[in-house]
Amino acid sequence: MSGVEVRDLAKQWGGTRAVNGVSFTAHENTLTVLLGPSGCGKSTILRMIAGLENASEGVVLIGDKDVTRLDPSRRGVSMVFQSYALFPHLDVRENILFGLKVRRVGAAEQRERLDRAARMVGLEELLDRKPAQLSGGQRQRVALARTVVANQPVCLMDEPLSNLDAKLRAEMRDEVRRLQQNLHLTLIYVTHDQTEAMSMADQVVLLREGNIVQTGTPAELYERPANEFAARFLGTPPMNVLDVDRLDLPGERANGGHFLGIRPEKVVPTDTGFPVEVSAVDYMGAETVLRLSHGGATLMARLNGRSEAAPGDRLHVRWDPADVHWFDREGVRLEGT
Amino acid sequence: MSGSLRHVYGWLLLTPAAILLIAFTHYPTVATLVESLFSRGSAIRPSKFIGAANYEAMLDDPVFWEVLGNNLWFALGTIPTSVALAIAMALLVNRALPGRGFLRLAYFTPTILPMIAVANIWLFFYSPDIGLLDNILGVFGLPGHNWLGDPDTVLGAIIVMTVWKEAGFFMIFYLAALQTLPPELEEAAKLEGASRWYYFRRVVFPLLMPTTLFVLVNAVLNSFKLVDHLFVLTKGGPDNASNLLLYYIYENAFSYFDANYAATLTVVLLVLLAIMALAQFFFLDRRIHYR
Repeated sequence: MSGVEVRDLAKQWGGTRAVNGVSFTAHENTLTVLLGPSGCGKSTILRMIAGLENASEGVVLIGDKDVTRLDPSRRGVSMVFQSYALFPHLDVRENILFGLKVRRVGAAEQRERLDRAARMVGLEELLDRKPAQLSGGQRQRVALARTVVANQPVCLMDEPLSNLDAKLRAEMRDEVRRLQQNLHLTLIYVTHDQTEAMSMADQVVLLREGNIVQTGTPAELYERPANEFAARFLGTPPMNVLDVDRLDLPGERANGGHFLGIRPEKVVPTDTGFPVEVSAVDYMGAETVLRLSHGGATLMARLNGRSEAAPGDRLHVRWDPADVHWFDREGVRLEGT
Repeated sequence: MSGSLRHVYGWLLLTPAAILLIAFTHYPTVATLVESLFSRGSAIRPSKFIGAANYEAMLDDPVFWEVLGNNLWFALGTIPTSVALAIAMALLVNRALPGRGFLRLAYFTPTILPMIAVANIWLFFYSPDIGLLDNILGVFGLPGHNWLGDPDTVLGAIIVMTVWKEAGFFMIFYLAALQTLPPELEEAAKLEGASRWYYFRRVVFPLLMPTTLFVLVNAVLNSFKLVDHLFVLTKGGPDNASNLLLYYIYENAFSYFDANYAATLTVVLLVLLAIMALAQFFFLDRRIHYR
């Protein structure tokens, strides 16, 4: 009942079009990630769903109801901001209860919801602290607790983890996912971090310059990228995309294929095959990434464990033709590959 | 550098500032206090130590009490109004609205003008019959009034002018403070359905408290030290109805040539200001959230 649907949504700032007619559906009780590089319009879309920004064109539906012109507080959404938007002069308790007090929720229910929220995000001990006395992760938890007490069916998060260090980010990722599932939230989550998108999302909406590049599950985007941009944006290191006209490449060439894409983990060193020179070796513990060059082109290979290769070594690589993605001259995926 | 040389070096660096401070602040303060304990000297009767006699005379001086009362009303009339106006103006020009830069400048203009010039402008406003105010009243068929000549209206007239002069100055501080508030706070409140007034009362005003303390201390000091306009407008009259403490001190020192009584009044003024500044700090500081 409380899915979010966006139809032909657009935002015009003077002469520039930040969002250019975007349509997608975030189903009830799922986590949709709006993913894209900075400036792709993902935050603007989120703010239009929240009602903090007016849509220039298009419609926002929440639970099948047109909310495009509705006041933000009446859309049934809660929001977590990148900066957390905590009130610095109020302690954690008052920060969490702020919305309930505005909405004049009864004192007994306030206490009940506060207890539950504090327990869910592990803030019971910190209710009397001011935001300045909290660590980044704890502030993030206060912001999440606000969402919990709000009891709204739809939650919007705008890069909520980008101010945290890597270890904490991984921890909070699990926490956000767990909250979304426990509270049966329809969560729309904005990020530029493809790891967050891959690990959390039920659905990824990949955006570029105000347009949707591809919508699908993380696996769909990874295994069948709609174009060269999607192929390069997901995965670390990104997919190798090679211009076949400029290289003498082994294997079949698909009909009309102009760019060949191959994931680094599918590139295998062998005795014979495509000759390359090792230009750098990045040892990461469980894996090693080799940076390889062939003429002017570079490609990466991701190997398990440690590699004996050293910069300057000459070796050969090959890949299974079934793992190759073909793109045409415009970078659009050629189906049947 | 050896230890003793470091001391010399340190003192040398401090000396220029210390000389200025002592010569123009500390010594005059102590000298004023000493003067207030001596009688008024003349050619035939030299000044001599009389203890607290000047203070006793002051307590019996009806003009002193009237002036002190005037100053209290002046403070009460100017401070809350100018602070409230300053906040309102700052909130207005902090919003995105056409002609915002022009409006900010307009609000700030009275601050740039010297008080003497402002008093001359308002002297024209308040002039009986030919003044701007009476002209406007005339349009509505209302009779003119000698605003500055009537003991009942003179203090009010001066209060209005002072508010006009001061509010823009305080607005600048509030505007600067408002611009440090992250816009997400308002958005977060908006999503919860908080009205503008609720957001102002629960979030903006508490976060502006450090600025309010600063402005209040300044406003209190100003209400006792601004007297320039009295020279132009009323000279404290009629019948001391608009006389303020500092102007009365000036009159005693330079019209009646009673420097010792002026010193006595000055000590009282200093004590009053110190008490008020300290009270504001201790009373308000506990309620203020500093970021």
